[in-house]
Amino acid sequence: MKVKVISRSTDEFTRERSQDLQRVYHNYDPNLRPQEKAVEYVRALTAAKLEKIFARPFIGAMDGHRDGVSCMAKNPNYLKGLFSGSMDGDIRLWDIATRRTVCQYPGHQGAVRGLTVSTDGRILVSCGTDCTVRLWNVPVATLTDSDDSSDNSSEPLAVYVWKNAFWAVDHQWEGDLFATAGAQVDIWNHNRSQPVNSFRWGTDTVISVRFNPGEPNVFATTASDRSIALYDLRMSSPARKIIMRTRTNSISWNPMEPMNFTAANEDCNCYSYDARKLDEAKCVHMGHESAVMDIDYSPTGREFVTGSYDRTIRIFQYNGGRSREIYHTKRMQRVFCAKFSCDASYVISGSDDTNLRLWKAKASEQLGVLHPRERRKHEYLEAVKNRYKHLPEVKRIVRHRHLPKPIYKAAALRRTMIEAERRKAERRKAHSAPGSIVTKPLRKRRIIKEVE
Amino acid sequence: MGAKEENDAHGNILPPIEQEIVDELDTKVKKYLRGESANLEVLQDKKLKGQLAVREQLYGKSAKAAAKIEKWLMPSEGGYLEAEGVEKTWRIKQEAIAREVDILSSRNQYDIVLPELGPYTLDFTPSGRYMAAAGRKGHLAVVDMKNMNLIKEIQVRETVRDVVFLHNELFFAAAQKKYPYIYNRDGTELHCLKEHGAVLKLQFLRNHFLLASINKFGQLRYQDVTTGEMIGNFRTGLGRTDVMQVNPFNGVVALGHSGGTVTMWKPTMAAPLVKMLCNQGPVSALAFHPNGHLMATSGKERKIKIWDLRKYEVVQTLPGHAKTLDFSQKGLLAVGTGSFVQILGDFSGSQNYTRYMGHSMAKGYQVGKVSFRPYEDVLGIGHSMGWSSILIPGSGEPNFDSWVANPFETSKQRREKEVRSLLDKLPPETIMLDPTKIGAVRSARNKEKPTKQEIDDDMQTAAEAIKGITMKNKTKGRNKPSKKAKKKQELIAKAKRPFLEQQLKEEESLAKKKQKLSEQGELPSSLQRFARKKTT
Repeated sequence: MKVKVISRSTDEFTRERSQDLQRVYHNYDPNLRPQEKAVEYVRALTAAKLEKIFARPFIGAMDGHRDGVSCMAKNPNYLKGLFSGSMDGDIRLWDIATRRTVCQYPGHQGAVRGLTVSTDGRILVSCGTDCTVRLWNVPVATLTDSDDSSDNSSEPLAVYVWKNAFWAVDHQWEGDLFATAGAQVDIWNHNRSQPVNSFRWGTDTVISVRFNPGEPNVFATTASDRSIALYDLRMSSPARKIIMRTRTNSISWNPMEPMNFTAANEDCNCYSYDARKLDEAKCVHMGHESAVMDIDYSPTGREFVTGSYDRTIRIFQYNGGRSREIYHTKRMQRVFCAKFSCDASYVISGSDDTNLRLWKAKASEQLGVLHPRERRKHEYLEAVKNRYKHLPEVKRIVRHRHLPKPIYKAAALRRTMIEAERRKAERRKAHSAPGSIVTKPLRKRRIIKEVE
Repeated sequence: MGAKEENDAHGNILPPIEQEIVDELDTKVKKYLRGESANLEVLQDKKLKGQLAVREQLYGKSAKAAAKIEKWLMPSEGGYLEAEGVEKTWRIKQEAIAREVDILSSRNQYDIVLPELGPYTLDFTPSGRYMAAAGRKGHLAVVDMKNMNLIKEIQVRETVRDVVFLHNELFFAAAQKKYPYIYNRDGTELHCLKEHGAVLKLQFLRNHFLLASINKFGQLRYQDVTTGEMIGNFRTGLGRTDVMQVNPFNGVVALGHSGGTVTMWKPTMAAPLVKMLCNQGPVSALAFHPNGHLMATSGKERKIKIWDLRKYEVVQTLPGHAKTLDFSQKGLLAVGTGSFVQILGDFSGSQNYTRYMGHSMAKGYQVGKVSFRPYEDVLGIGHSMGWSSILIPGSGEPNFDSWVANPFETSKQRREKEVRSLLDKLPPETIMLDPTKIGAVRSARNKEKPTKQEIDDDMQTAAEAIKGITMKNKTKGRNKPSKKAKKKQELIAKAKRPFLEQQLKEEESLAKKKQKLSEQGELPSSLQRFARKKTT
């Protein structure tokens, strides 16, 4: 007879000293965990609820400007630095960590319309409605938090006066050229008081310009003739242009897929285009209830933030038709500019109420250093939530966002209008000769023509 | 599965021992895969297909990792009993086993003789560390089985029919003469659950924190012990019974009735989910295999039946009577009757239970309850003269999981676990026959009712088929063309009749429904103020 029975001595399975950690044993046998799917579902539901509970995206407001914030620029070389320009000609450098002004750049007479920083983070370029382009030195010493003196003002390195008011400026990546937009597109060098090159296509004002992060010589502009145009510095004339039904206020290139860009349009939508194929948008991002004023991609290229005239900012997936997140406060007015921080974890918005606001990019993310166990827990909850996201209860909780009443009503009205339009088109099509009316998909519908 | 394919690929060139290991790992991987992988070939959506393929691969990998952990890293190995030569395992006595095993294990063989207050019934905590014993005449005791400490014993001075632990060893519920009561570990009475009435049998659903009871009048009640809310109260309508068991796999409560039927219940439905005739005589005992696929029932007609719960078919019928049945974690079946306990085992792997061990108590002891102690090779027996414990090698799961049930749990761990299990408390709706259905997609529903057009078409084709028939020539005088035509018309009318009747019936029911609706909706204005207010 051979016999063995389970025999566990207490010494073997418990800790020796009270300072030791408790011993933990695992057995992954499914029979020991009955109804694991139900348990996972309940955990997913709890995770969704917890996410809602901990969704506190607003971190703080930065006030100091005396007029609406018109433009912002992030310092590519310094995570905490952010520049903002206001309608009264004030330019400020903010320390995001302390949410205080580090430095001021007085000089502009009218509104500051464009701000940009060179790739090495040394030079700030600003332009405005006073027909000047100003170059400023970015103080490196103050960025190290050595001195605490506020209202540290500085003199411009150079002031270049030109013929027309400016609407936007953007600096080339890895180069020393920058482009301004106004009556035409001008290309400037840091050291020359006159533009080195000018592009003109039509008579309308160019309202925004943005260089491609991958190809330094390519940039895109939008103009008040509702066009989006692509330019190449190596060619003497503009490359391509599309005309849409409504004006595009701003564009942003996807930093990870530099052939793609997203345009923030007046018709409440954003349109993602492939620069090689402009006859059709890759994706239409819907959700805003009023004109989208500004757009900025996260450095990861997976999502972007938009600020809108409807007093909200939204975060979209790069391929998502609806917004992932919507931020608003009672005091935030029309948003004129929105930026993702360089570490993709914060969002900054500048609005008409003279404030800059700092938000978390993930509303319920836990800030600070995470214990590995905490991190694993977050990852686990994220995973179960992702696994059961299609179930109605989880979906309802994850999707729900509270909206201010005017926006909620406007959204409902807009939905009704779109639905009515759709129904009408459908009926019209049903009562016409077959093939006489062709419905274009939404991705093409808003494009009038493409010009080479 | 990615994992499996890899094994198959170089299966041919491995030496025999390694081949054996690979085969063993394969069977283990199957367990951790929890069923077949989805068929991705039928998918049209390429993106989805890619995502699902990645996920399936991940499942394969994790199953393989878990199988390897089980093979190589587990701290203890399961028990076994092997006969040598002409020996038979069922002839081996407990005394013989006691001589062979270590001192620690041999301490698990004992008889506690308490002749005055029996018969006794037992319940173990899920970790197997604590035991609650209840004597019929009012004796309640909680025992720490690790060091055989009597934590508390009380005398309630009335009949105690059953005892169960709640979610941990701090609380237990006892079914007493008129009502069930909840006590804490110190013997303090916390609650008297008057709504339940005179309860015959109690069960606790651990994942749901539900206390299920069946009372003298055959009423099944579910009470949430965290909130005290009564979740369900159902009249079984099948008479008095004290045979109740929870299926640990899905939380469904099964009741065995005197008519030989077994009914299965969930707290959100007033009718039984399943009603099956299991035995010819009254059902005397009921037990579920921990994997939820097997059920053992015994009837007074001296038959023990083992059922496959996936097909609701008898797998095996064994002769013999059982007062009480219990499955162990490893699938051994204990059968208690009279003063004899028999252990059956499934050693072929084909659900063919054969005798494994036996144990006779001292003469005159009546076994009332057998219960395997979790994570130990021990069987607890409650009988008329106290309780006993015997060694059954190979019955318990050798490796515990600290996060599921820890026999060496400290009080701090217990507190944390309580909070965690409360956070994971399942709503009563999650009790269903197949719990793996949660989060799955329901297969496309059967086609809805045929439309009127389709019914008409069917009717026309049926009529056409009749028209095509050439009539047989009849005898003289009956073969007139007019008669033939009349006959044909009759046949066509006959073919059409079922369709028309169907249509008529539907119209009638529709009209009735409409009438009902209008009756509810429109009262004369003078009577409207008496109408029941709509709840908003």
